Amino acid sequence: MSVEDHNELGFWRKYIFSTDHKVIGVQYALTSFFFLLVGFSLVLMMRWQLAYPGQPMPFEFLSKIFPAGLPGGVMVPEFYNSLGAMHGTIMVFLGIVPLAFGAFGNFVVPLQIGAPDMAFPKLNAASYWAFFLGGIVMLISFWVPGGAANSGWTSYPPLANIATTGQTWWLCGMVLLITSSLLGSVNFIATIIQLRAKGMTYMRLPFFVWAQLVTAFLLLLAFPPLEAAGVMQLMDRLFDTSFFMPSGLIVSGEAVDVSGGGSPLLWQHLFWFLAHPEVYVLILPGMGIVAEVIANNTRKPLWGYKSLVYSVLFLGFLSFFVWAHHMYMTGMGTVISAFFQTTTMIISVPSVIILTCLFISLWGGSIRFNTPMLFALGFLPMFGIGGLTGLPLGFNATDLYLHDTYYVIGHFHYVVAPGTIFALFAGVYYWFPKVTGKMMNEMLGKIHFWASMIFMNGVFMPMFIQGLGGVNRRLYDGGLQYAQNEPVLHWNVFMTTSAICLGFAQIPFLINLIATLCKKKRVESDNPWEATTLEWATPTPPPHGNFLTEPVIYRGPYEYSVPGAKKDFTPQFEPDEESK
Amino acid sequence: MNELMLKWLAMLAPAAEGAAQLDKMMSLIHWLMLVLGVGWSIFFVWALIRFRQKKNPKANYYGVQHKGSTYIEIGVIVAEAILLVGFAFPIWAKVVDSFPPKEGALKINIVAEQFAWNFQYPGEDGIFGKKDAKFIDRENPLGLDPEDPNGKDDIITLNQMTIPNNKPVVCYLSSKDVIHNFGVYQFRVKQDATPGMTIPLWFEPTKEGSYEVVCSQLCGIGHYRMRGFVNVVSDKKFEEWKQEQLEEANNDDGW
Repeated sequence: MSVEDHNELGFWRKYIFSTDHKVIGVQYALTSFFFLLVGFSLVLMMRWQLAYPGQPMPFEFLSKIFPAGLPGGVMVPEFYNSLGAMHGTIMVFLGIVPLAFGAFGNFVVPLQIGAPDMAFPKLNAASYWAFFLGGIVMLISFWVPGGAANSGWTSYPPLANIATTGQTWWLCGMVLLITSSLLGSVNFIATIIQLRAKGMTYMRLPFFVWAQLVTAFLLLLAFPPLEAAGVMQLMDRLFDTSFFMPSGLIVSGEAVDVSGGGSPLLWQHLFWFLAHPEVYVLILPGMGIVAEVIANNTRKPLWGYKSLVYSVLFLGFLSFFVWAHHMYMTGMGTVISAFFQTTTMIISVPSVIILTCLFISLWGGSIRFNTPMLFALGFLPMFGIGGLTGLPLGFNATDLYLHDTYYVIGHFHYVVAPGTIFALFAGVYYWFPKVTGKMMNEMLGKIHFWASMIFMNGVFMPMFIQGLGGVNRRLYDGGLQYAQNEPVLHWNVFMTTSAICLGFAQIPFLINLIATLCKKKRVESDNPWEATTLEWATPTPPPHGNFLTEPVIYRGPYEYSVPGAKKDFTPQFEPDEESK
Repeated sequence: MNELMLKWLAMLAPAAEGAAQLDKMMSLIHWLMLVLGVGWSIFFVWALIRFRQKKNPKANYYGVQHKGSTYIEIGVIVAEAILLVGFAFPIWAKVVDSFPPKEGALKINIVAEQFAWNFQYPGEDGIFGKKDAKFIDRENPLGLDPEDPNGKDDIITLNQMTIPNNKPVVCYLSSKDVIHNFGVYQFRVKQDATPGMTIPLWFEPTKEGSYEVVCSQLCGIGHYRMRGFVNVVSDKKFEEWKQEQLEEANNDDGW
């Protein structure tokens, strides 16, 4: 396909109902950033309640937006539970996954493999619009009677089965979001396998593409069980089936009128069969971005590219065999828990290898500390803390104490918040000049990084202290009820203050974004970072159809500082005679 | 070493048999985490300083040549294997899964509901009265069968569980409505109460005192205040308490 095949389109076809992977990628990015902001606002309200239980919110307009949840500005327990459930749901399914997979995957993968577009452009658009609708359904659910879903993002029945209408909306929203991810994942798999340019063998794929390929397989194989489980729960709620309802339930002194005979544990198995691979869906694209940025800014090849690839494949495969480590407290016996503890420890090995390869890649480099690199470097220790604190949770004996405490919240937030989100910011700063043709401001970028780094740790580090002190998660009053929590509760004010400051720390980013878009000065080169991968071979920004001539690949993805070469980077797309 | 880490971790003080083993493992894992974290950090900071562009303008294409990292990875694998086989498996098998002999243990039914803990003691005969959902009402929260003679001397308490010190307790945990979790941090006990299932758990308190029962599974709007107490008292006090409760049970003609 050549460029001439791509006619100029009108505004609606070009920017709104586009089938161009780059436009869809940007749509995904804008929508998911909006939802990240929503998810963050929800948690700020929660954090206010945790630090100052029962005190009215500082802003009066909030009680106008949520009259039922914040009467007179004071939060009611139902609303706290809704915020908890929706913060998790929105951050995972509407924020991180669409940003990491939908936005970065869509924009970068076809460019990096030398494809003119995704394999199924219309499917791609359908995937975005299903996601968009799912998001709308989730947002509307805040104002249905009883408020949004309030049974945790995990939606364990029977609680979720007997919950208010918001749960039905949640399930419908989830069905749309899952559909979106499934459409996206088949498209990615087909694209990466079928549309690689001439010479782009599997072992020449940038690590980012490998990470996205494994992510796509995880989504494809893990989501269908949850989609089935979601429909089953929907039927339990709407048509009085009893998939998850046991016999003889008595709620508030009244017998529940269902046929019974179902199993609440079945839901947990189906849910975690998705939700553990989902953890890797959240982290792998981030690791991919970090690998790209580190190779580029150390000016040397990634250390152990093959180990990275095999590790990520192994990680993906094994992530389907660890789900029940979320269920140690359900009454699991020695033998079954021994199995899941063993698989959990085995899966930590490829994660350690990936992190080690990225650390060792720094050795011998000529390191440039620009904003994308700072975020990528920040990812490493933060993900390290998240990974290490997973150890005591992976053994059932130590999980016994830590299960359902703030230690767990601290652990997975270190993986996803200062972990994945830092990686995603690295990606934003790194690819911004390719997407828009303009370079973001370094000074504002650095302020953004250091402020975020400090306050992220201010929010999440004390969670380990509280968790070890025996403070449980999901408590409306933050644990005030329990006398034994008293010694560590004062951290709530510290964490809330840090969370508010973390919000302010994003202002330099917003200013940077808007100011950069407004400025006239464009990047002079199509390859401003002097990178080796294929996306930098396109014009800036890439036109519909991407490449001016059909790209040919001559070498591996990270040929930096090749001995004997003229310059310190030898792009994949440069013929041998040019680089010598 | 062990004490030092436990002091840093500042967990709620243990008060049950077997808790020390769990705590020892907790301390070991955190030592491993600390060593790995500090090691990685030193390498990280050193690499960033030494290989910054100003100091090292030309990168080395080959990077690290020796196999040091492989040994570290093997070390991590060995450490995890030891923790698994030497600690996690046997501790779970012993502390959680090996129930004490039935004769010597005090048996208690725990029935969780939104948002309270019901405790049922079998009374003098050592046999729990039969229960059926159809008998449940405000006076009879557990649905004890009024016809069953074994239930006549059962002791039922709300949110207060009184037990003697240094004696194993076997609890049969169930729920009337949604999933709850019976958590007592000082005993290192946490167990889901899943409706439709009755799950046994055991512990043996080693220190007198009053301990908070924390519901550790989101169970609805009152989850945050679903608090109970376990009162560990001396044998003598327990007998007194039991007699008091039995008299009350016998005077009560409700069942």
